[in-house]
Amino acid sequence: MNTAAFVVIAVFTLAAALAAATNPNLMHAALSFALAFVGVAAFYFFLGAEFVGLVQVFVYIGAVAVLVVFTILLTRREGEKHRGVNWSGVLIAIAVFAGLAWAIVKTPSMSITPPQIAPLTVKRIGEALMTDYPWPLMGAGLLLTVALLGALILAMEDKRE
Amino acid sequence: MTLSILLIVSAALFSIGLLAALSRRHAIFILIGVEMMLAAANINFIGFWRFNPQPQPTGVMVAIFAIGIAAAEAAVGLAIVIAVYRHYRTTNVDELTQLKG
Repeated sequence: MNTAAFVVIAVFTLAAALAAATNPNLMHAALSFALAFVGVAAFYFFLGAEFVGLVQVFVYIGAVAVLVVFTILLTRREGEKHRGVNWSGVLIAIAVFAGLAWAIVKTPSMSITPPQIAPLTVKRIGEALMTDYPWPLMGAGLLLTVALLGALILAMEDKRE
Repeated sequence: MTLSILLIVSAALFSIGLLAALSRRHAIFILIGVEMMLAAANINFIGFWRFNPQPQPTGVMVAIFAIGIAAAEAAVGLAIVIAVYRHYRTTNVDELTQLKG
């Protein structure tokens, strides 16, 4: 696999994610969040899971990012007050990253190169969804229906008296 | 390009999401941090699928279901943010102290 492309995607994704996590301007941070998820979708394309990459683009950049921007616009009064850096959060994040990286580097079976595999077609994914995973599929459909109804009821104007 | 480099990148994305969830004061951005952590987990699933010589698409299936469930979570979370804003006129989680003992 192309290492240069991987490095470019990784740097782009992590820079956009860092901007989304730290930018005090809410709208800029929300747009950086959308860019970070473009990078994540690029990871999926890079790894050969084109269908998941497309789903990621449709769901996150098409729906969740728009929803986030609308929520910011509906609730905005003033930007986040400019406060100092939250050092305890930074320390915990760095400690978690150090622990994960240590575990990954110390595991010898992780340093393998990708094998040749047959490309995963949408037909194959559809067959697997309908034969091996019918119950999770129906459960996900039920969950989405219930969650969207619940979201509607939560955000609905309270009309009592 | 080995599996460990991919896992380290996704661990970095997870840590950035954790940083956002811990240090942001705006409720929407805590949700965004959680979404980033979910995306890092999905990258791991896709990575383990890609580096496995067996042809079963289990990792891809888990990633697809996780994306769907994360979308439901985001919809409910943002609806809660709007409901909280309507009641308390703020989205700063430091000011939502009614349940504080």
